Amino acid sequence: MIEIKNLRKVFGDKVVINNVSAVMEAGKTNLIIGASGSGKTVFMKCLVGLFEPDEGHILYNGQDFTNMEDEQRKELRQQIGMLFQGSALFDSQTVEQNVMFPLDMFTRLNHHEKLKKVNEVLDRVNLKDANKKFPAEISGGMKKRVGIARAIVLNPRYLFCDEPNSGLDPQTSLVIDKLIHEVTKEFNMTTVINTHDMNSVMEIGDHIIYMYQGEKEWEGSNKQIIYSKSKKLNDFIFASEFLQDVKEMRMIEAEGKAVNGKNGN
Amino acid sequence: MTVFNHFGRYLLMIKGMFTKPENWRMYWKELMKQCQDIGIGSLGIVVIVALFIGAVSTLQTAYQLVSNLIPKSTIAQIVRDTVILEFAPTITCIVLAGVVGSKIASELGNMRVSEQIDALEIMGINTKAYLIMPKILASFLMIPVLVIIAGVLGIWGGRLAGILSGILSPEQFDEGLLSGFLPFNVSFALYKAYTFAFIISSIPAYFGYFVKGGALEIGKASTTAVVTSCIMILFADYILAALLL
Repeated sequence: MIEIKNLRKVFGDKVVINNVSAVMEAGKTNLIIGASGSGKTVFMKCLVGLFEPDEGHILYNGQDFTNMEDEQRKELRQQIGMLFQGSALFDSQTVEQNVMFPLDMFTRLNHHEKLKKVNEVLDRVNLKDANKKFPAEISGGMKKRVGIARAIVLNPRYLFCDEPNSGLDPQTSLVIDKLIHEVTKEFNMTTVINTHDMNSVMEIGDHIIYMYQGEKEWEGSNKQIIYSKSKKLNDFIFASEFLQDVKEMRMIEAEGKAVNGKNGN
Repeated sequence: MTVFNHFGRYLLMIKGMFTKPENWRMYWKELMKQCQDIGIGSLGIVVIVALFIGAVSTLQTAYQLVSNLIPKSTIAQIVRDTVILEFAPTITCIVLAGVVGSKIASELGNMRVSEQIDALEIMGINTKAYLIMPKILASFLMIPVLVIIAGVLGIWGGRLAGILSGILSPEQFDEGLLSGFLPFNVSFALYKAYTFAFIISSIPAYFGYFVKGGALEIGKASTTAVVTSCIMILFADYILAALLL
């Protein structure tokens, strides 16, 4: 579980994150959504320690990350996996070497054991026969899967995904979303996803935080988002006519079910 | 950013490299990789530059020494000292600033822009120690070796050019080569090599590590790194000559 208390981050005169508090629970996919420039990426970078917050606290299972010594922070970071927007795979290493890297750095396993573990996670992300390929030789979707494999190879307790669907076609996006959701449940990880993708919001949003101009505007689940009264959230989520139609259909469906339920059908 | 900001951040980067490695074996592997990239990867250009610089030194020295009162072996003496004191360390390192410096800056710049450095940081790895320290250590190990190779080949190239052009005989060249030799000159060349090795590796590492933006900025950082390294090499060359000679 990650607790965020009154987080604030300022760049020069600009307040990018203003007094944001939230709780990211274990075993759930926690989504941070918002328009470009709303502070999502800065928020996530504060959570993983790539930016230092100016005020507030971030607690990983009760341990205050913001006041940790470097060594403690290093130890905690070994429990964090992160999938980057551009996958951030090491160009000069093969898929196998990329996934093996955290094992090489932080474990004392022999090569055979490491290889076994690498093959297990690559199987888990449905990526076979790509071990010897370089990142430049595989597709965007495969890169994301390698990124997920590398992020989970040390069995982390926390998984962060920065725009995991960017640059992917809708079908591959669904596969990646499903995969992240499954591994979250399987390993009981606290997963935080930064996304613009409305499919992800509807499909895997166990817990959603909507950010608007650096502040938390709304918080809830994908089931609650349809009924949200927040105009800013509705303008953002249901921006197109198509999505508005989907929202109306969903509401009608939900009302129909409620009426049927009352009638005992 | 002012020069002082850059210098301060550069010093902090150097300070940040000194932490206990997360895994000695991985750091050793990275050091060996860098030794290969910097040493073996630059050997070809160093050999070519050294041979030609030695050869041209012999021809130009002979061209300027027109007096019959000066023995031909003096040409070899001048070539030897020029190559050892200046050409082998300084010219080789200026060439290496281009070859190695641009590679270091663009490699780190690309890693920064594509978030590979962030990925390492999040894994709990000190990226300054893991990515920059091995490059500086590898430069310390390999650049003096390259300078020695350049010195030997420069003199050999000078000898070959002198013989092939008929300026002086092998015996005359060897006589001049051995007369009035000061071993300190070799030490001085090595002092220079170590100083330049630090400049060639740390300055491009700084510009690459702190790149912001995209491909265009990586190119700019690479150019700035090479230009700054060359200027710093010439500046350090003067300071060392003024202090030690």
